[in-house]
Amino acid sequence: MSEAARKIRVQCEINGKAVSLETHSMARLLDVLREQAGLTGTKEGCGEGECGACSIEMDGALVNSCLIPALQADGAKIRTIEGVADADVLSALQKSFLGHGGAQCGICTPGMILAARNLLSRNAQPTENEVREALSGNLCRCTGYTKIFESVLEACRTQRAHP
Amino acid sequence: MENRQIGKSIPRKEGREKVTGAARYVDDLTFPDMIHGLTVRSSFARGKILGIRFGEGIPWNEFTIVTAKDIPGKNCIALLIEDQPCLADQFVNHPEEAVVLLAHPDKYLLEEARRAVQIEYEPLPGVFTIDDSLSLKQIIWGDDNVFKSYRVEKGDVGSAWSSADFIVEGEYETGAQEQLYIEPQGMIARANSTEGVTVWGSLQCPYYVHKALVRLFGLPKEKVRVVQTETGGGFGGKEEYPSMIAGHAALLALKSGKPVKMIYDRAEDMAATTKRHPSRTRHRTAVTREGKLLAMEIDFTLDGGAYETLSPVVLSRGTIHAAGPYACPNVLIQSRVVATNAPPHGAFRGFGAPQSVFALERHLDRVAVAVGISPEEVRRRNFLHEGQTLAVGQVVREKVQMDKLMDRALALSGYHEKRARFAEENPRSAIKRGIGFAAFLHGAGFTGSGEEYLASEALVTATPEGKVHVLAGSTEMGQGTNTIFAQIAAEALGLDCDQIEILQPDTSLVPNSGPTVASRTTMIVGKLVETAALAIKKSLLDAGLLKNGYSAHDFVDACRKYPGKFGALQSLVKYQHPGDLHWDDAKYQGDAYGAYAWAVYVAEVSVDTRTAEVRVEDFVAVQEVGKVINPILAAGQIEGGVAQGIGFALYENVVWQEGRMVNGQMTNYIMPTSMDVPPIRVFFEELPYARGPAGAKGIGELPLDGTAPAIANAISHATRADVRQIPITTEKLMEMLEGVHV
Amino acid sequence: MRSYVPGYELLAPRNFADALDRMAGQPGEWKPFAGGTDLMVLLEAGKLPHRKFLSLWKLPELRGIAVTPEHVKLNALTTYTEIRRHEVLRREFPMLCQAAAETGSIATQNRGTLGGNIANASPAADSPPALLVYDAELGLVSTAGARWVPYHGFWMGYKQIDLRSGELIRAIRLPRNQSFSKHYYRKVGTRKAQAISKVCFAGAARTDGGRITDVRISLGSVAPTVLRAVETEKILRGERPAPPVLQAAQQALAREIAPIDDIRSTARYRLRVAQNLLAEFCESLTS
Repeated sequence: MSEAARKIRVQCEINGKAVSLETHSMARLLDVLREQAGLTGTKEGCGEGECGACSIEMDGALVNSCLIPALQADGAKIRTIEGVADADVLSALQKSFLGHGGAQCGICTPGMILAARNLLSRNAQPTENEVREALSGNLCRCTGYTKIFESVLEACRTQRAHP
Repeated sequence: MENRQIGKSIPRKEGREKVTGAARYVDDLTFPDMIHGLTVRSSFARGKILGIRFGEGIPWNEFTIVTAKDIPGKNCIALLIEDQPCLADQFVNHPEEAVVLLAHPDKYLLEEARRAVQIEYEPLPGVFTIDDSLSLKQIIWGDDNVFKSYRVEKGDVGSAWSSADFIVEGEYETGAQEQLYIEPQGMIARANSTEGVTVWGSLQCPYYVHKALVRLFGLPKEKVRVVQTETGGGFGGKEEYPSMIAGHAALLALKSGKPVKMIYDRAEDMAATTKRHPSRTRHRTAVTREGKLLAMEIDFTLDGGAYETLSPVVLSRGTIHAAGPYACPNVLIQSRVVATNAPPHGAFRGFGAPQSVFALERHLDRVAVAVGISPEEVRRRNFLHEGQTLAVGQVVREKVQMDKLMDRALALSGYHEKRARFAEENPRSAIKRGIGFAAFLHGAGFTGSGEEYLASEALVTATPEGKVHVLAGSTEMGQGTNTIFAQIAAEALGLDCDQIEILQPDTSLVPNSGPTVASRTTMIVGKLVETAALAIKKSLLDAGLLKNGYSAHDFVDACRKYPGKFGALQSLVKYQHPGDLHWDDAKYQGDAYGAYAWAVYVAEVSVDTRTAEVRVEDFVAVQEVGKVINPILAAGQIEGGVAQGIGFALYENVVWQEGRMVNGQMTNYIMPTSMDVPPIRVFFEELPYARGPAGAKGIGELPLDGTAPAIANAISHATRADVRQIPITTEKLMEMLEGVHV
Repeated sequence: MRSYVPGYELLAPRNFADALDRMAGQPGEWKPFAGGTDLMVLLEAGKLPHRKFLSLWKLPELRGIAVTPEHVKLNALTTYTEIRRHEVLRREFPMLCQAAAETGSIATQNRGTLGGNIANASPAADSPPALLVYDAELGLVSTAGARWVPYHGFWMGYKQIDLRSGELIRAIRLPRNQSFSKHYYRKVGTRKAQAISKVCFAGAARTDGGRITDVRISLGSVAPTVLRAVETEKILRGERPAPPVLQAAQQALAREIAPIDDIRSTARYRLRVAQNLLAEFCESLTS
């Protein structure tokens, strides 16, 4: 059996709060978030970067946290689903997912909302095709995606009407 | 009086938790002192276990190790019968069969330990195809490898062949399909001699798990408790399998004295758990030159894998749906489900019907070609009407509108215009376009006497604070159970959905409402909820505490006053089987289902002949479903089902090697992404069903029946390739295109 | 997670010189780790036998895209997202941008690097066909020095590239001013997004009055390495892409590639599609 390597210290900002953790250098950021930071909103669906259920925002970029080794999260600014709402106030995306059937079983929803949010931060008024492409790394087995597209586009309409 | 809740798209009850990441799925939970569990599985398909070796370098004394001899009750996962072991003891009958269980606090160390366990075995010859199983070269189950067979007879097919103008034959196949819920299987268990066994996990049927644990541990019913956690998709894949993982986690919990969490990773989930039964259907059809059906002889075989699980019921539904929504005077359906050395196949949305409906709808398009009429005409000339009988002899007592559904579906999809346009444009293009449809029905609820046997119950109570609680064993897994029950109860009581709480399915609290399967939850259990809620209202009215036209405030007030004088305010309703539904299990004849949903689906495809890639360009789904209780939820069910059907038709190919799935990663088992789905346009017709809550029928499985054959027919139309198998991989289609002169 | 994660070490070198020193140290002691989109998948599957990795992610020497009159130089840690957004690459090397857009998902593109992709040397990789058509060169560096090598010829066999002991890929250089009139890139995968390719075809050509004056063709997923179809190119060079020439080219292609049956596809399908894509490429040259 392999010997254990020394643990490392990872310091980063998660949802606006400074966090300092001790962990293994190649531990998955997904596990660090869920088990050490207590943020279980980010989910594991496949462990191979294919389903997007583990999507988070790291330094402004959408990434699959199951593929990020803890060492490389040191110094990063991370946003998870827990950091999307503003305290109790849901974001426009969250509200429209609620109102338009964008979530069914909900397991893909955190990753999906992060991906949609990331899209809207770069392109506030995407076409439906742009939404499809932006979400193509997030698999949903329940909705057939239709109401996810509708939810995202509705959130854009709301933002356009009330910026 | 106008509905206040029914027919409204009330937002999902547990939606806020889902969009904020607050919803707690089983892997999000931790218990004090909790350790992790893991399964060591056989690497071989069939053989005798000679021994188990525990390798060097692992601190085995720190581990909890469980094998078959640790099982206190019977070593089985009790379901219809008790043939499936919980842990393989002397023999292994499929790859990935569970043999040894390990638990330890360190998840990483557990993996090292798993690698260090060697199972020594003497291999036995395995059976891997339907034909090999039927050939009886090896008997691997029972006396003849057959779990179950049925014979359904109407009229006399023998009489029809000689008078037929055309006899059309065909053989059709469907492959295995993985449910691929995005949340893998998971359980947490706690077990000790005082408490008994408690499990929390991702599941559809708490009472199925309860029954299995009672048998596995030899405990009285009150000593076993099953709690459903927020479940990230099921689709049937969490109907029977959770009993297995619950049993495993509980055995480790009992032996270790600690709570044990067992979560499968995706590779294990794909390799070891159930899939849709592969099928082979043979049709022989006698038809007049006008295209009227004279006789249908159907031979339907399913591959059940190594143990029985639910195969007889899957076969039953597939058999009953095999002749479709057509009036045919002479029908013979002979069906069987056989054993192979693969992990047992199991429930997956549609449950046998997607297999037999694919064959029928593809076959009828070919019958049309043989007769020289259009696919549309052959359906219209044979559609069932009210008063006619299905193959099992059920007189259809609903108003059937297949013609109207066909009219609507073809109009909405631009079918006729596109058919003409594609015929003209295709010869000049490397991209061939086609449009095809499927016409079908899906029975809601358990077959025949099934609902009577289930004897489901639901309980509605009102607290002194005026909060209404619905207690049912039905589970929410995304399809909307919580919201639908709340709407039904709220409507019955004249309240808002906010005043209704659906309690977490916990067998120590909720009654057995039957499993959350078979498109029955709204129609059957929802009716119980409605009846119970109405009974509560009646109690308050009869007690003089409410008058008709009461407000929500009046209701709260009445609930406060009621207990003092009259006791607990509650109503427990048991399922009553309608007296006019009769089913003969021996002859397999009679009223198979209380109600059917009816549908016509149209798929438009483009096929790039250079690569044989198929793109579904547009999809129209028209169905008659009784009353739609929540339009967004209902449309969401159809859209999601159509997407799964697209996967079933085109992408979801399980690659087998001697009973083992070898492409068990999401990279290689392909489900549709957001770029692979067309606009999915959903339309409902509503003919209220008197026995359904607010008139609703069941819809959950319906879309899996018609999607794949509509796509297959569209591909045939586009390319003239005579599609007989799904998934229609590009490799198979390319070979067909090379054999076809377009 | 099938691996014993505590047994792995990922180390951030102090600087670029330190990285090279460690690479030169005990031969093979440290392996380079870029964005992790390949290596972390292997770790998850329990298929990563090597234990010690050097994290290159934050080294500034390996980041950035530089444009000179003769070349565009992409340092090894350039991500697919950066490729997609770069104006000169979009204008002059569109096939590389298209390949980047079809690699994995947006989340993968944000972390996957060109250098990591080349080092991983999978024959199903999406960018190498474009790089080979564009006559890319690789800048390699070690404590022993630096060298530039043509990418064509660098790929020895299945997952084997001609890196010397202690060498790192530092940059990828694309010569400008190749004046192709046609860039054709088509990846045929298992679905429309997040797909591993079954066949990947990249072709570029210069034409003069309907005659092909120069042509480069590269294919992925049809051999142990991504290859340049040099024999096929010879048949087409100097010719008009008329049916007899196309047929001869398709036959040459059949001899040059070696597609196999695997869990994703079949040899027969791959061969047929490769030939059909060649035809589509040639047809595009006449329009």
